[in-house]
Amino acid sequence: MSNRRSPWLTLFTFGVYIFLYAPIVVLILFAFNSSRQNVVFESVVNKEPCGVFYWFCALTNNSDAIDAAGNTLTIAITSTILSTIIGTMAALGLQRYTFRLKSFSEVSLYIPIVIPEIVMGISLLVLFNGIFNGLNNAMQLAGDQRLGLGLGTVIVSHIAFSVPFVVLTVRARLHSFDKSVEEAAMDLGANEWTTFRRVTLPMIMPGVLSGAMLAFTLSLDDFIITFFTNGPGSTTLPIYVYGLLRRTITPEVNALSTVWIMVVLIALIVSRRLQRRAA
Amino acid sequence: MLKRLREHKSLQGTLLVSPALLWMIALLIIPLILVVITSFGQRDPDGNVIYGFSFDNYVRLTGTTDTCQNLGDYLNGAWQMIIGSEARTCFDPLYVQILWRSVLIAIETTALVIVMGYPLAYFVARAPIKRRSTLLFLILIPLWTNFVIRVYAWIRILRAFDILYTPGAVLIGMIYEFLPFMILPMYTSLEKIDPSLYEASADLGANSLRTFLRVTLPLSMPGVVAGTILVFVPVMGTFVVSDILGGKQFVLIGNLIQSQFLSARDPTFGSAASILLMVMTLIVMIFYTRKFGFGEEVIVG
Amino acid sequence: MGELAVELRDVVKEFSDSEQIREVVAAVNHVSLQIHDGEFFSLLGPSGCGKTTSLRMIAGFELPTSGDVLIQGKPMGRTPPFQRPVNTVFQNYALFPHMTIGQNVAFGLEMKGVPKAEIGPRVQEALAMVRLPGYDKRKPRQLSGGQQQRVALARALVNRPAVLLLDEPLGALDLKLRKEMQLELKTLQREVGITFIYVTHDQEEALTMSDRIAVMNRGKVLQVGNSSDIYETPNCRFVADFIGEMNFIKGIIQAQAGRSATVGLDGGLTVHARCEQSIAAGTEISVAVRPEKMNIDSSAKMDNEFQGRVVSIVYIGTDTHYGIRLAGDQLVRVREQNNTPGSRPLASEGAEVKVSFAAEAARVLTA
Repeated sequence: MSNRRSPWLTLFTFGVYIFLYAPIVVLILFAFNSSRQNVVFESVVNKEPCGVFYWFCALTNNSDAIDAAGNTLTIAITSTILSTIIGTMAALGLQRYTFRLKSFSEVSLYIPIVIPEIVMGISLLVLFNGIFNGLNNAMQLAGDQRLGLGLGTVIVSHIAFSVPFVVLTVRARLHSFDKSVEEAAMDLGANEWTTFRRVTLPMIMPGVLSGAMLAFTLSLDDFIITFFTNGPGSTTLPIYVYGLLRRTITPEVNALSTVWIMVVLIALIVSRRLQRRAA
Repeated sequence: MLKRLREHKSLQGTLLVSPALLWMIALLIIPLILVVITSFGQRDPDGNVIYGFSFDNYVRLTGTTDTCQNLGDYLNGAWQMIIGSEARTCFDPLYVQILWRSVLIAIETTALVIVMGYPLAYFVARAPIKRRSTLLFLILIPLWTNFVIRVYAWIRILRAFDILYTPGAVLIGMIYEFLPFMILPMYTSLEKIDPSLYEASADLGANSLRTFLRVTLPLSMPGVVAGTILVFVPVMGTFVVSDILGGKQFVLIGNLIQSQFLSARDPTFGSAASILLMVMTLIVMIFYTRKFGFGEEVIVG
Repeated sequence: MGELAVELRDVVKEFSDSEQIREVVAAVNHVSLQIHDGEFFSLLGPSGCGKTTSLRMIAGFELPTSGDVLIQGKPMGRTPPFQRPVNTVFQNYALFPHMTIGQNVAFGLEMKGVPKAEIGPRVQEALAMVRLPGYDKRKPRQLSGGQQQRVALARALVNRPAVLLLDEPLGALDLKLRKEMQLELKTLQREVGITFIYVTHDQEEALTMSDRIAVMNRGKVLQVGNSSDIYETPNCRFVADFIGEMNFIKGIIQAQAGRSATVGLDGGLTVHARCEQSIAAGTEISVAVRPEKMNIDSSAKMDNEFQGRVVSIVYIGTDTHYGIRLAGDQLVRVREQNNTPGSRPLASEGAEVKVSFAAEAARVLTA
């Protein structure tokens, strides 16, 4: 009964999946284009070095792209770790306790979800400009010494928009948490910290991990906030690609995107396998 | 000390929440206040902000020009624009058109994404359990390839169909960007529906269409609401899709704000536009959530 | 009995209902109890009567608003649960889902700092005691409800607590398994000699297992006594009604001589009943009589004999229940055992019968 589906629904679903994947397939295809202008697909590139993988090899000499990839990972990993810790703490506090600032905290943690990203982006820009202008003037810094936007500002900003999502995810897990298990631990002689470490944390771990996963995804995917808060030396891959779009788009950009997609795909499949094995 | 903390539950709660709260105050609330302050300022010829208290930026957004004498003139000008008359009055339609276009494309995108996403979510939710996670995984993968790369990927296809740099191209790009954000919460709430409810409905004499309208659709509304929030809000504020796929002709409020902060160097006007965008989004969201609830339980599933 | 294992001295626990309303609800209202060493003690009452809250105060999960909890003579004050010499078996078992059965049982010993070499054998011993040897490598979700219950028991008992607290531990099991576990628990308690404090809303469970029972309602202890005290001589209407089945017949005290009272009923009938306190003539009271202490058409001469009409007959195997309307329009239930081969009903519906019972079987209850 429940498996009997209309063929139209199947067809429609299939169509939507094609819609989702067509651009990605085309993107990868153009990474093997012989035309440098890369407007139409001429033929499969076959040039020294590396033959069909010519554009991929060209990429290895592109230090800007490699730096951008490094920055992207640094930002994503750092902000994921910090926002997971901060968010899990807040989720525990909000789910388990009542205190005076509770409703204020809840409201302020919802704001990043319901305001457009660009508003958050420009407000962070206004904040950082204000702070750095003030500091530079106060310390009378000039030229290269002047403080400004960089990796640090991008990381703290990514934490700011990731924390609410971590809180939401972990709270969902805590919602169904049976508190008597913690009481059992205390009853058996574990103090609060041991109870947290040995019982609570392992039990909410799936929630914490999916919160971390979400934070990592958001950080990797983010363009707008990074766009307003990055500075010299903190260019991320999306910012780098966006910059290239204003000039000629060589197949190198496609090669770069292809590598990105492949790395993401492999990481996703590996983590899925690991999750399955754990479960 | 430790003993005091052990029994002082509200202190424990405050301590746990305080890092997140401080983060939000420092990087969200204070910056938003700064933007509000900036929006009341003016720009000097060098592009520096002179703080003050003037509504000029907001007045400019309404399209009022220097030739305006009173509200009647302005409304008349707005009317001239609506009926398509070219008569020169005190009304400058530029910004109103941008706002209108932004709201319109956000509504169009949300509606189309619901129409495209719902059948898919339904299909996945009722697929055999083994296949479900793979089908879901296939929806997630494009999300992991970066936002900019996804938009960039469309250039070739849209050019092949000769619709690059048209409003249609922007709409397709928006749908593509935000479709997964609609499917995931809808899937979550569809998947929660107990299959025996379908059977109960059929047993009580409802055909499949009525079962869908009376059982499936109402029970999946929280997912649709959550998805709408996750789609509508970012579409209202994005500038990447319109920038890359719309060319210079298709200006949205996001593009306006971005250009004020970067190329045009008027942060005061950009701030005013941001505040307007935020207020408009919040009004739509409040109106919408009042009607349908927040649907927060399915945002993260 | 020897030492006191647990003592509650005038304990009150109030919960403020919610932040806004600030309505204070007394879950436990001036309760005093003395529980002896080695005793199987039950707290019995309907849900919300304060029995679980009392247990949680002994465990240390809740702190009393006023009054003292003493364990082995020591006032507990604000001692946290992990420093109290008691262990709890939870209603929903509360096994750690991410640990194996072995790790679950070892947890308490580990927390106490018992040497590793000693933990292993003690875990095995505890699992053997609850008849689950060789289950230590499994995860809780691979076990049935009854098995999980036993693990919870082993996990608590392995620590050799001074007192074991059990919070409706059999509530989630089906009837047959529950009966089995009742016997098993009682046997186990005798073997280990540990004081058990057992919370339940199931009166039959309490009667079967306990040395003594405290019946609670609305935050107060109404009566404390052994099973037959509670069943045979309830001290108030609530206890009489909550435990077993009871006929209540409304009446007015006409005369009292010592422990024997004469009660006037509607329709000019009189009943002779036992009365523990002296009550002024003319007071409205209830006479409580258990259905099985009444007889139909008995040849024996009884203190109380009434004419009545059978209005319903329900056959339930071991017994047959008769609904009988007495001459004064009072409806009573009478239970007759089907103890002869091929028992037939003593009367048919609509028949006129004689209902009789001894004065000793009837009790005057005021409240």
